[in-house]
Amino acid sequence: MNAKHPASGSPIDFDHRYQGPHYTDGHRAWRASLRRFVEAEIIPHVEDWEEAGEFPRELYVKAAAVGLIGMGYPAEYGGTPVEDPFYSIVTSEELARIGAGGINASLMVHSIGLPPVLAIGSDAMKARIAPQVLSGAKIHALAITEPSGGSDVANLKTRAVRDGEDYVVNGSKMFITGGMRADFYTVAVRTGGEGAGGVSLLLIERDRPGFTRTPLKKQGWWSSDTAALFFDDVRVPAENLIGAENQGFAGIMRNFNKERIGMAAGAIAAARVCFEDALSWARERQTFGKRLADHQVIRHKFAEMARHIAASQAWLEQCAFRTMAGETPVADLSLLKVQATLAMEYCAREAMQILGGAGYMRGCRVERIYREVRVNAIGGGSEEIMRDLAARQLGI
Amino acid sequence: MKVLVPVKRVIDSNVKARVKPDQSGVDLANVKMAMNPFCEIAVEEAVRLKEKGIVSEIVVVSIGPAQAQETIRTALAMGGDRGLLVQSDVDLEPLAVAKVLKAVADEEQPGLILMGKQAIDGDNNAVGQMLSALLGWPQATFASKIEISGSSAKVTREVDGGLQTLDVALPAVITADLRLNEPRYASLPNIMKAKKKDLAVKAVGDYGVDIAPRLTVLKVAEPPKRAGGIKVETADDMVAKLKTEAGVL
Repeated sequence: MNAKHPASGSPIDFDHRYQGPHYTDGHRAWRASLRRFVEAEIIPHVEDWEEAGEFPRELYVKAAAVGLIGMGYPAEYGGTPVEDPFYSIVTSEELARIGAGGINASLMVHSIGLPPVLAIGSDAMKARIAPQVLSGAKIHALAITEPSGGSDVANLKTRAVRDGEDYVVNGSKMFITGGMRADFYTVAVRTGGEGAGGVSLLLIERDRPGFTRTPLKKQGWWSSDTAALFFDDVRVPAENLIGAENQGFAGIMRNFNKERIGMAAGAIAAARVCFEDALSWARERQTFGKRLADHQVIRHKFAEMARHIAASQAWLEQCAFRTMAGETPVADLSLLKVQATLAMEYCAREAMQILGGAGYMRGCRVERIYREVRVNAIGGGSEEIMRDLAARQLGI
Repeated sequence: MKVLVPVKRVIDSNVKARVKPDQSGVDLANVKMAMNPFCEIAVEEAVRLKEKGIVSEIVVVSIGPAQAQETIRTALAMGGDRGLLVQSDVDLEPLAVAKVLKAVADEEQPGLILMGKQAIDGDNNAVGQMLSALLGWPQATFASKIEISGSSAKVTREVDGGLQTLDVALPAVITADLRLNEPRYASLPNIMKAKKKDLAVKAVGDYGVDIAPRLTVLKVAEPPKRAGGIKVETADDMVAKLKTEAGVL
């Protein structure tokens, strides 16, 4: 990464693209700072953290100091408001350059955990929770998926029963990012009858008696602390209810749209990292008396990768522009995520083919990204769910 | 004390520079630009002096195209207080830059001018020295340590064979070397605050100084490509080649 930029001037170059109409001096300044933060504080340690299965907690505090954790949140809670979603795109892209999505996922897990509190939580709850999370002192996870199902939120089974001033929670949650170390959990529970109308959101602190967690090993995202959560007669005060009882479903769904555009940006950026590393390798590597990059079969791989990346990026920026204008283009956002993870899948595959044996060895970004394709294509709404949602939205 | 920090927008140090086909200069079309690294060090030092309570105001000045406002904003995000762009669409020679900066210094009356020892594009290493001569102020170049007490500055310089310490009366021009400090990167809150800081734009013509070029660039060329190495079989072979081919023995 410290080498001279290998793809300078090409349309897939991270820097060159920032000449586009959506990007201002502010975006460029933030990207430059964030790149330096990532190169100083994260990149040198990535391989150790991946093998160790976690990164130091102090990274949350450092990330808060540079403005990463608080980006887009209200100043009254210690955040830094930004004018448009392109700051988020820049952030997703620069974090993708780490080539270890598990770090992004756990470090930024508050971006799925905290928004429901800020959107529908009480003022007292916001004032108690948000400053601690945005300063990096506390970690805030989101717990929706259960062993019995993920995207089928309306049928979740974890139950919270009112008992005096408390709710008593029983059930379990699965594949929870940041789940081992989080201090606060935004948990979807059933407080009412069947279906979406019986779902509430409950803020549960990690030290409540009866709340336990176990770590889960994964194909990729090794430095992310993913967990299964178990609630066994966990008493939670009623004031921990986020929003009104049985009104949690809308709060969850609103969150998903933002998560999807962020995941799409990250997936496209991961595709571009694959392109970048494969290109720098193909320009160095000599085979059959010429550069690998001079073989037609390899050149076409790069052209195809660039085509996938450029098309996906254009759609991403169009969607960001539309959300900035106040729209929520659900069908587009759903299909964009599909497009982005397919581009990532394609580029991870092709880059690995170009890198050959070198790409199969641990310690290389493409090797890690290859193992992270599926978590992107499944997490935050699988390709199948996304297509189904889009088809319904489009009235097909 | 007010400190004036001149900064320059240059080709990003991570970008591989390419020479234009007609050898008239370096191709800057669509190339990523950034603040000159030595200027960044000067900004950082000014901010640290402000944090210590020695400096009360940091004025950042750049001479260059409209896009140099981005470079000034970066310095403001690091901790500069206000900015001034002296807009010039042609690249000025060091003497012209020094003259414009003198005019700015006459207006601003800073107690100290803190700047990079050179810009990484032209590598002239000339403006600081020329500026101090034009102002009639003391100069301390290649600073690796700056201590300010009252009306003078103790500046440590890295010289061949050791360290030299100068004591200069203020106001003075001090130019920063690489080891003076490690510049910070601006946080997002500070980037946002910098957008609201005052940034004045003037034209280079407003200062009425003679900026006519005095140098002619004959050509700019890539350094010669290095030939590949060779392997020798024995130590005797190597000695022979060092004697006959390399001519160093």
